[in-house]
Amino acid sequence: MLDVGEVERLEAEAVNSARVRQPLYAARKKIFPKRASGQFRRFKWIVMAITLGIYYLTPWLRWDRGPYAPDQAVLVDLANRRFYFFFIEIWPQEFFFVAGLLVMAGIGLFLITSTVGRAWCGYTCPQTVWVDLFLVVERAIEGDRNARIKLDGAPWSVSKMVKRAAKHTVWLLIAIATGGAWIFYFADAPTLLGEVLTGQAAAIAYMTIAVLTATTYVFGGLMREQVCTYMCPWPRIQAAMLDENSLTVTYNDWRGEPRSRHAKKAAVAGESVGDCVDCNACVAVCPMGIDIRDGQQLECITCALCIDACDSVMDKIGKERGLIAYATLNDYNANMALATGNGAHAIEPALVRQPGGRLADKVAQFHLGKIFRPRTFVYTAVWALIGLAMLYALLTRERLQLNVLHDRNPQFVVLADGAIRNGYTVKLLNMIPEPRTIRITLEGLQGGAMNAVGIEPMEGETLAVEVEPDRLKSLKIFVRQPRDLMRPGSTPFRFVAKDVAGTETASYDANFIAPEASR
Amino acid sequence: MTEKHIDEVSGVSTTGHEWDGIRELDNPMPRWWLWTFYATVIWAIGYTVAYPAWPLLTSATRGVLDYSSRGEVKQELAAASAAQEKYIAAIKAKSVDEIEADGSLRDFATAAGAATFRVNCVQCHGSGAQGSPGFPNLNDDEWLWGGSADQIHKTIVHGIRFVDDPDTRTSEMPAFAEMLNPGQIGDVSAYVASLSGPVSDPAKVEPGAKVFADNCAACHGANAKGNRDLGAPDLTDAIWLYGSGERAIAQQVRAPKNGVMPAWGARLGDVKVKELAVYVHSLGGGE
Repeated sequence: MLDVGEVERLEAEAVNSARVRQPLYAARKKIFPKRASGQFRRFKWIVMAITLGIYYLTPWLRWDRGPYAPDQAVLVDLANRRFYFFFIEIWPQEFFFVAGLLVMAGIGLFLITSTVGRAWCGYTCPQTVWVDLFLVVERAIEGDRNARIKLDGAPWSVSKMVKRAAKHTVWLLIAIATGGAWIFYFADAPTLLGEVLTGQAAAIAYMTIAVLTATTYVFGGLMREQVCTYMCPWPRIQAAMLDENSLTVTYNDWRGEPRSRHAKKAAVAGESVGDCVDCNACVAVCPMGIDIRDGQQLECITCALCIDACDSVMDKIGKERGLIAYATLNDYNANMALATGNGAHAIEPALVRQPGGRLADKVAQFHLGKIFRPRTFVYTAVWALIGLAMLYALLTRERLQLNVLHDRNPQFVVLADGAIRNGYTVKLLNMIPEPRTIRITLEGLQGGAMNAVGIEPMEGETLAVEVEPDRLKSLKIFVRQPRDLMRPGSTPFRFVAKDVAGTETASYDANFIAPEASR
Repeated sequence: MTEKHIDEVSGVSTTGHEWDGIRELDNPMPRWWLWTFYATVIWAIGYTVAYPAWPLLTSATRGVLDYSSRGEVKQELAAASAAQEKYIAAIKAKSVDEIEADGSLRDFATAAGAATFRVNCVQCHGSGAQGSPGFPNLNDDEWLWGGSADQIHKTIVHGIRFVDDPDTRTSEMPAFAEMLNPGQIGDVSAYVASLSGPVSDPAKVEPGAKVFADNCAACHGANAKGNRDLGAPDLTDAIWLYGSGERAIAQQVRAPKNGVMPAWGARLGDVKVKELAVYVHSLGGGE
């Protein structure tokens, strides 16, 4: 076990701390995050692998839909206005499914934020993930924090130029791969890859790659934490969703203060000493350049790397972990009240400790039960409700649809034998990737008969229409009613479409219009 | 010029402007703003070189790219025309019936014919081709001169009673006011009206039938079913170009209207006339 005095003290000043807060237009001070290790760092590696894996690999997944539809599992086919997601195919008019997903994502975010704070920012936001990835590259080429600070301050030399060139080259390659992966969601991935590599892809593909390469490189490599602090509205919005029972990364100053680099000397002198040895490990690892010991602040993305850094120091000096920890405001306030005698005096660490040095039993600790509270129940219920409603809509949605538009001019035509004819534009939507024969019938129009332009003339009340797979077929249909059965004015009736081979039907309520007063 | 003044709170010098004790800080522009501004200046210079920009006395600089929005429109129109060429060539080469037999060609001709119809035909036939008294409804299935695509085509090309076209369809119903007395006209009108509906005085029908046989059957046929060679309408059906009922019939017997349609063949050209014929034939009453 290390003695407190042996813990390496890092020369680190929080770039964005309250003490040195800069005016908005000042030049950025560089941040050189030190490598952290621990449970949260490990968790972040796993999240990074999963999120990047999903992003890069999804377009390459195949899904057999038969000969009439693309076999890419996830495809946004803008040219044909179709969206494929595994077994789901969405037409533009069904976009509400996507809107519903977005609403679910929003409420899911409320739920996550109200329980575990800004977990989105700290673990899964693309900005965080790619900055992490870019930092891995930077660390591999230029070394960890101290080496990077030294290199940054060093005059230009061949080795510095080589390192910098190597770093930016790898960054650019990652950026190109990132921009390149995006376009595969919009066309058949293997085909498009061939076209991109041989220069035959559409200009928009190259432009998309260029734009996303630029944003990835600039945001992930050059701007980093500034994107979160200055450009992103999310921190402001997310802060509004937190409450006193939400977990946030917290410096527990009720056990850390008064901090001291010379705990032993102070103890000998009879001064009270907290757990914080002021080693600055938490500051050195922070990718946002803040000092978590200043309290919750807007810049904090709650990546929890300071927890890892601090825990490893606490391990070294034989103290309990959790000087910096995920804690709720309620617990923090309770413990603070305990340490300060309800604010009567300065923090007295002895008040939260047992004689043996362990934390007192009265110290409030987080337990899972705190997740279950009315707020999270409401979020979960709303989220699940929307999800179930969408699932129901998805499972019961029509794959054969019928739209009918009555001719406006003329509304009706008198034929030589006195019969009345009405014209309709009928649109048949075959929304599955198989060709179908659809039988159209009239219901509720006495003596009604129809024929269609361009289809084998078929007198009587039925028409058999071949519809191409996954296509809309527009028909001009004429409906006739004999004079003696005609009713003046508007007569409601119904077009019914039925899949000849299957069971699916669709119908549309239309009107048959005849002259007001018969001659 | 006012004295240099430093704001105590921020330590920033002020512009020297003061309003009731309120001073304006002289902070520099944010750098990103300045760089963006410089970038737009450079862009503007490049733009004025590349694109039409500077006004001259009678025109403007053309720019090295030689771009003009008119030129762009011209190109787009040329591209559209080029895309239509194969259809137009096919329409030129084929007869109306052959055009109708070819699905995509029929769709093209129908759409093009509809456009031509809207410009040249709606004035008389109406925007829905629904006609009006004196101008036939092209949606129905009664055709004075024949309702096949070919016959419709011929009617459009040469017109009806159009004196400037030697091949025009022509016939003329005489004014029977000079040949029949008012009683006979009333009788024959009652007879004609009775062929398609009830009449006011059934006693007139029988004498009317005799008048009809003597004067009208030559053109309209003994059974009043009309004669397309003469453009003589079927008088037994529900469609009346100049109005239905005994009064309207009597009026037409006394002093007939003989409508005129211009010949469109020479005016619109071969292709457009064929397209029109396909369109009219598609309206629902074609034979």
